[in-house]
Parts: sequence; C-alpha cells; structure tokens
Amino acid sequence: MFSRPEDAGFLPVAQLASLVAKLIALGYRCLGPGVEQGAIVMRELDTPDAIPRGLQAEQAPGRYRLTRDPHNRYFAWANGPQAIKPLAFAPTESLWRVERDTAGALRFCAVLPETPLQAIIGVRACDLAALALQDAHFLREGRADAHYAERRERLFLVAVQCAEPAATCLCASTGDGPTPTTGYDIALAELADGFVAVAGSAKGAAVLNDLNLSPATLQQIETAQKQGEDAAAAQTRSLPSRNLRDALMSRLEHPRWDEVATRCLACGNCVAVCPTCFCHAETDEPALDGQSSEHARIWDSCFGEAHGHLHGFNVRPDIRSRYRQWLTHKLATWHDQFGRSGCVGCGRCIAWCPAGIDLTEEVAALTDQCSAS
Amino acid sequence: MHKPIDAGPPHAATVVACTQESPTIFTLQLRLDDEAVRQAYRFAPGQFNMLYLYGVGEVPISVMSDPEERGMIGHTVRALGRVTHGLAALGPGDKVGLRGPFGRGWPLQEMGGCDVVLVTGGLGCAPAVSVIHYVLRRRERFGKLVIIQGVKHAEDLIWREQYDGWARLPNTQVLVAADQGSTSWPWHVGHVTDLLDLAQFNPARAVAMMCGPEGMMRAAAVSLLTRALPETHLFLSMERNMHCAVGRCGHCQFGGAFVCRDGPVFGWSEVRDLLAHRGY
Repeated sequence: MFSRPEDAGFLPVAQLASLVAKLIALGYRCLGPGVEQGAIVMRELDTPDAIPRGLQAEQAPGRYRLTRDPHNRYFAWANGPQAIKPLAFAPTESLWRVERDTAGALRFCAVLPETPLQAIIGVRACDLAALALQDAHFLREGRADAHYAERRERLFLVAVQCAEPAATCLCASTGDGPTPTTGYDIALAELADGFVAVAGSAKGAAVLNDLNLSPATLQQIETAQKQGEDAAAAQTRSLPSRNLRDALMSRLEHPRWDEVATRCLACGNCVAVCPTCFCHAETDEPALDGQSSEHARIWDSCFGEAHGHLHGFNVRPDIRSRYRQWLTHKLATWHDQFGRSGCVGCGRCIAWCPAGIDLTEEVAALTDQCSAS
Repeated sequence: MHKPIDAGPPHAATVVACTQESPTIFTLQLRLDDEAVRQAYRFAPGQFNMLYLYGVGEVPISVMSDPEERGMIGHTVRALGRVTHGLAALGPGDKVGLRGPFGRGWPLQEMGGCDVVLVTGGLGCAPAVSVIHYVLRRRERFGKLVIIQGVKHAEDLIWREQYDGWARLPNTQVLVAADQGSTSWPWHVGHVTDLLDLAQFNPARAVAMMCGPEGMMRAAAVSLLTRALPETHLFLSMERNMHCAVGRCGHCQFGGAFVCRDGPVFGWSEVRDLLAHRGY
C-alpha cells in the first residue's frame, strides 16, 4: 500500500467517522468491527462513530480474549472469527426453487439474491488474500457462480494494516500480510493520531477524494511502513514458505494423522472460520403446502459425517481421514487447483479450535519426521 | 455479467418408461419437456446427469442410453438413499428435474482401431453400456470388444439377455462372474479379475475402461498392466459424493481433482497414487 507515497492521504482520527458517513451516504450498508460474545465480529455500523476503540484480541491455540489496547487504537485487534467470507459466499442461500401444480408438473426458476451495496471496514491483508482465492474458485472463467458474483460486485473493501498481530498470526510466512498490498478499495494504516490512507480502486479514490485529505507526510508513511515490518517480525508462528504439496502427499500414511485424530473433535470450527474453505452442501426445503420447494446451499465441512457419504458407505469414515483431507487440501492439493496454498496465515483455525490444534505444529510434525528418517 | 451455466435450476423431464432390472435396480427413461432443451441435449458415454426428485434432492446418475438415440435419456439406478428410493417409486408420466450432462466421459474418439476392454463391477456396468452402444454403432472403427462384468451375487446381474446377445456378436467376447453363484448360473463363480486371463485382446493395441468398486479396479489395473497394456490406455470412472456437479461444492474432491468436473473418467496415471490410500 506504500508503492505510491505521493498518492497517500492522511485521515485524522476524528475523521474516521466521516469515512463511514461518506460510504453510508453513497448507499452502502456499512459493516465494521463490533463486540459480540467477547469477540470482534463484523456488524452493521448504525452510526459513523460506532467503531469500538482500544481493543486487542489476545489469541492462542483454543483461546480468544479481548483485552485493552494501551494505545487506544481502533484496529489493534488482529482479527475476529469472520470477516469477508459470509458477505460474498453466504452461509446459506436459496439457489433455485420449483413449483409443482396439482397435476404434478414442475416449474423451475432461478433465485438470485437481492444484495445491497455493502462496505466492510477493517478487513485485513489475510482476508483480502482469502477473498482472492474465493474469487478464483467461485468466479472461475466460463463458470462463475451467479450468487457469489452478485454479492462480490457490490462489495466495497476498506482494509487496515495489522500492527498488532496475534500469537496465532502467520501471514508473514504465507506472504499475505500484515500490510495489505492488493484487493482493497481503500487501505488504512493506523498511527497514533490518524490513518495513512491510500486508494486501490477508482471507487476508493473517489471516496478519498471527497474527504479532502491532506497528503500524508513522508514521516507518517515511513512510520506506517515500519510498523508493518515490525508486525511481520513479531509473528511467532509460521508455515514453511516452500510448496508443501509433495512433502504432505508423500506422507499420507504418517502416524501423525492417527495421533492428531485422537485430539481432533471433528467439530468443523476450523472450516467455519477459515476464510478460504468453500465447501457447501445443497439441500431441499419443501414448503408445507406441497406446492413448492427451495433448493438451497449451506456451508459444509469436510469434518462432517455426510461430506464423504457415498451410497452405502463413507469415503472418509474416521477423523484421521477427515483431518488429513482438510490439511492436505488446504496446504497441498490447493496448489494443483489454484496455484498456491489455501492458507493465508490468519491463524483462525488455531484460535477457534476447541482442542487447540495448531496446523503449524501438525505440519512440523508431519514433515520433520520424514526429514529425519 | 455472470450467468449461471448449468448449476441449476434443472430442466423439467417426464418419465417415459421405468423397468425393474432387479429387486433394487431400475431404469428410468426420461424425456426433457422443453423442445429446444431436448434438441440441444447431447452427451458422451461416461458423462452423468443430476436427477432431481421434487422436494427431496438431486443425485448424480450416469447416462446409460445410446448417445445416438436422441430424445430419450436412460439412467439405471439402484434404490439406496432418499432420492433413489423416491425415484424408484415413479411411473410413466411422473415429473423429475434433470440437468447435465456433466464431466469428462470415456476417450472414445482417440481410441479408434483399438480393441476395447470393459471391466465393470456391480452397477458399474451402467456407464459402460453406452460405450457398448457407441462401439457397436461404429463396429469397423474398433477391434475386438471384450465385455467383462462381475457381481457379488448371481441375482445381482442385470441385463442377462443383453449379455447373451452381445456374446453372440462377431469379434465380441463376454465374460461374467459372480462371487456367489446359484444353481442356474451359467458363468464363472469367483472374482471378476479371474476373468481377465481369459480375455482375448491385443494388449499393445487395446484400451481398457473400468467402472466399479475401487478395490476391483485396482486389482484389474494390476492385471491389465501386467499383460503389457500401456498405462496411457487404461481409464476408470470414479465415484464420489456430488452436490453441485460443476466443481464448486467441494464434496467430490479427489486430491486436486473435482471428480464431477475433471472426471468422472480419469486416466489411470491421474489417480493411481491416491487410489492406494484408504479414505481419500
């Protein structure tokens, strides 16, 4: 976000609300951080000044606690359980419906979502990288998903640089953060008295232009740049930066899969919070009057019993094979599908795992064992 | 800007005929209701359709009819789950939804001049039947046709008359086996792989296509490759859970492949390594 320092503006702290107000005035439903049940969630900002201040998210395997930020910043919490994914890939939605008349004739019709313009304030570099992967999946050339496309086109993304990574963050090792580099409409870097603000799209530039920001000083830009570098250096977890495909796919019978299966509850929390997981089930919901039925999709998890269901048997009957499916898809076969790993380093699967399973530890155990043998 | 292509909704189709093939297996002949949709519909042997039962859901079913026979689309189904049990109860005139065809079928066009060896197990014979139709319509373009089918119990064998009929055709060999025979069972009792030694074909100029339980296909592949069939001439049809059929819902992933989109037919070398691992 600092490649063109001459284009960077400075948004004083007091003017953050005017950015929100501007987006609301442009017709956007504005979402931003809020606190619910002890965690940061993205919720509708009813008023421009509704963004909470002075919170940090302390995270560890199986642990997430909000604490006070001594510097009283707006975006010192690294992340919450969800950010952009539910806004583009809806957790549940109707795909088509069918009407049946009394003679039994069927009439099928597509159902397209009615989607408002939505702006989301406070997304992270990892979230943007994940969105790019969701785009690659759902907007595949020649076979774009109409529902996803409809929502995606109406999104306005205000990213913020992470200056305060959680202990679960590993975006520096995956190359996806902590400073946003692409995929945003506006990116902010929070300093003590305001934000260095840059536009990443024409839409973003128009909004910033209307705010009449003064240019950011070189010193402000350098400070922002430096805090991004410090945040990267402060990360304590990492994945090997090399392509893990062959390393993992050659260890499909490694005893560690059995070991992790004794700890994994197959609850699917990791999948639910993962910003790149795209599996969904399709289900039918017939109306009680017997005259119509909705065909809907709902987020699904490869840890669930039904995921590998095939007539009469289950392809992945045990937790060992399900955890292996999840991890090898994310870190190995994702390379075959999308040309990169499916992990963007957000660390959510570590924090939100009730058993505290840490994928970086699993990868280390799976790959070290082999280099030793 | 982004148009749904074939992810749904389905097209309405009418059941024209249903045939009970065995106590649990039945064949539905379907006709798409819309004239333009019907005219446009083409499939390649090995591809599948999603069949929708009102209010219950969709299932992927391979097309078993003759690809040249326009207007009628045949599916042979085993009643096992909620949708297929419901489909089994349908009769002529009943309505279903149909979308497809999906996936990559058998590579028949590139295999002219070859002997064709079909190794199928159980209901794996259904996706192979359209290959048989295809080859028989173009008999001069292919060498020998070897049809090998195995079932668990003798009473599971469907299409007995067809197997008898194909066996009488020139240049065609039919070999059938049941793990458990019965008093009137005229064929081999044992594994389908036992029959491969009896199959007469020129391995250097043959293409083999397999569909059935993965254990059976693995054993058959070993046997065929031992007979010096080139690995590039060995194909199999895979089966996985499928909801969307367009490579989106993620259920059918097999390694990096989406079986619905990149398969269901794969070259042996594409799946060989992963097939060895239970739970993939």
